[in-house]
Amino acid sequence: METFLQQLINGIVQGSMYALVALGYTMVYGIMGLINFAHGEVVMIGTMVAITVLGLLAALGVPMGLAAVLALLAAMLACMGLGWSLERIAYRPLRNAPRLTPLITAIGMSIILQNLAMMIWSRNYLSFPPIIEKVSYEVAGAHFSNVQVLIVVLAALSMAGLLLLIYRTRLGMAMRATSQNLPVARLMGVNVNRVIAAAFIIGSAMGALAGFMVGAYYEIAHYQMGFMLGLKAFTAAVLGGIGNLGGAMLGGLLLGIIEALGAGYIGDLTGGFLGSHYQDIFAFVVLIGVLMFRPSGLFGEKTGERA
Amino acid sequence: MSATHDLLLEARAVSKHFGGVKALTEVSLTIRRGEIYGLIGPNGAGKTTFFNCLTGLYVPDGGGFTFDGRPLQADAPQRAAARGIARTFQNIRLFGQMTALENVMVGRHVRTRAGVLGAILRNRATREEEAAIRRRAEELLHYVGIADRAGDLARNLSYGDQRRLEIARALATEPKLLCLDEPAAGMNGAETEELKVLIEGIRKDGTTVLLIEHDVKLVMGLCDRLAVLDYGQKICEDVPAVVQKDKRVIEAYLGEVPEDA
Repeated sequence: METFLQQLINGIVQGSMYALVALGYTMVYGIMGLINFAHGEVVMIGTMVAITVLGLLAALGVPMGLAAVLALLAAMLACMGLGWSLERIAYRPLRNAPRLTPLITAIGMSIILQNLAMMIWSRNYLSFPPIIEKVSYEVAGAHFSNVQVLIVVLAALSMAGLLLLIYRTRLGMAMRATSQNLPVARLMGVNVNRVIAAAFIIGSAMGALAGFMVGAYYEIAHYQMGFMLGLKAFTAAVLGGIGNLGGAMLGGLLLGIIEALGAGYIGDLTGGFLGSHYQDIFAFVVLIGVLMFRPSGLFGEKTGERA
Repeated sequence: MSATHDLLLEARAVSKHFGGVKALTEVSLTIRRGEIYGLIGPNGAGKTTFFNCLTGLYVPDGGGFTFDGRPLQADAPQRAAARGIARTFQNIRLFGQMTALENVMVGRHVRTRAGVLGAILRNRATREEEAAIRRRAEELLHYVGIADRAGDLARNLSYGDQRRLEIARALATEPKLLCLDEPAAGMNGAETEELKVLIEGIRKDGTTVLLIEHDVKLVMGLCDRLAVLDYGQKICEDVPAVVQKDKRVIEAYLGEVPEDA
């Protein structure tokens, strides 16, 4: 029972971060049917920018709390710019190309960004400076820290903000209209280019927040970290039903929990043959299972009706 | 008097081919401000293709349009909307997962300004604009007679109400020219009669109407003038009384008797 509670907590924390990244995938997919495989790298660059800014501000003697806020803002701005550029440079020229073309381009952008990051930030593991003093709490034998609480609260707040944006504002309405029927939205005077750019920018900002959290949580960063994180978040988006915002949130959370519980029990279940470092198995078993038995995901809407 | 009679739309030799199929061959017509103009013809005559060229969904292979005194660039639908051309669709294309009210609010997009920054900052101008959008959308739902369905998802509306919603959404863009693609399709007699009243009201309120319709009775009773297309060519353009008597029109369309009849 202790293991269960502990792993549930860990899963929720990890899942919140997956959910934030998954939103970036799902927003872009919902509007233009593109799986932006470079999104994981956008997240990674968010982490890297945050580390650099934190280092600079620390050298200048800026207090840690302020430095963290500034670093987060810098990471978000950098990623928003990056997301916008990706769309503008790599994807927009391919708007009317066959579906496979932008997909391959996305993989190409992912490789390019990884290598750029390697050139800028080296191939070494970088340490993410601790931004707040860690305090641990214990409830019913399970431990959790203030960092974990902060991650979950921040993620929940930003997701609530996103839902407000999508369901309560003029821009959000244009985004929903475009995702349901792009040509008609355009006929109604919606500037589809701006809507698509907004999806990339907003998704990248959420990604930067996730990148900051991942860095602060694991206190380590590497230029390849975006690959696996991106793949897991993509799995989360598929699990929830890609293109569906609520699905991405729940899918992220579920995937985090499944993974954590799986890692917690895999040793016992296999008599010690497989250890918790096999936790990645679970994400991809989930991915394969969803694709086989419910390709539209938990909240997936019917597809194939795109006009 | 001259103001009501000047040209709103001039189509000059508009052609559109799909491979070897000539969907439109040098179709020219003129629509005057304030009239209800009909475009009729047998199935496959090119009526919808003409609409698609006009609203920027297709780029014509030849010819062009002058709208409201200036040439119309036929390559960007949102620009056509901004210039004041709105349309409905033969096969209804609403945003099914959005409410009726939201569908109309999307139509207000082209006439409003708040951008990404405003959406995030929620400043006063943005909030006031959004309130105005909502008010106007409610008025339009009332105007087409489905105010009571404002909160329902568009896909849950009845067929006739969906058609009305499409008209409301198109009107939300404040068009100078409203293009209706078979608005009476699938409607019963009473609904068609209500539609006729609605279209006449729209014209009276200052919007020129271009109407594609199969229901000959509706077209003849409603339109000031009409053009007949057959195999992508305009074979006649005149007032209904003259068109009804035109020999080529009768051959092509009105007098067509099915062989097994």
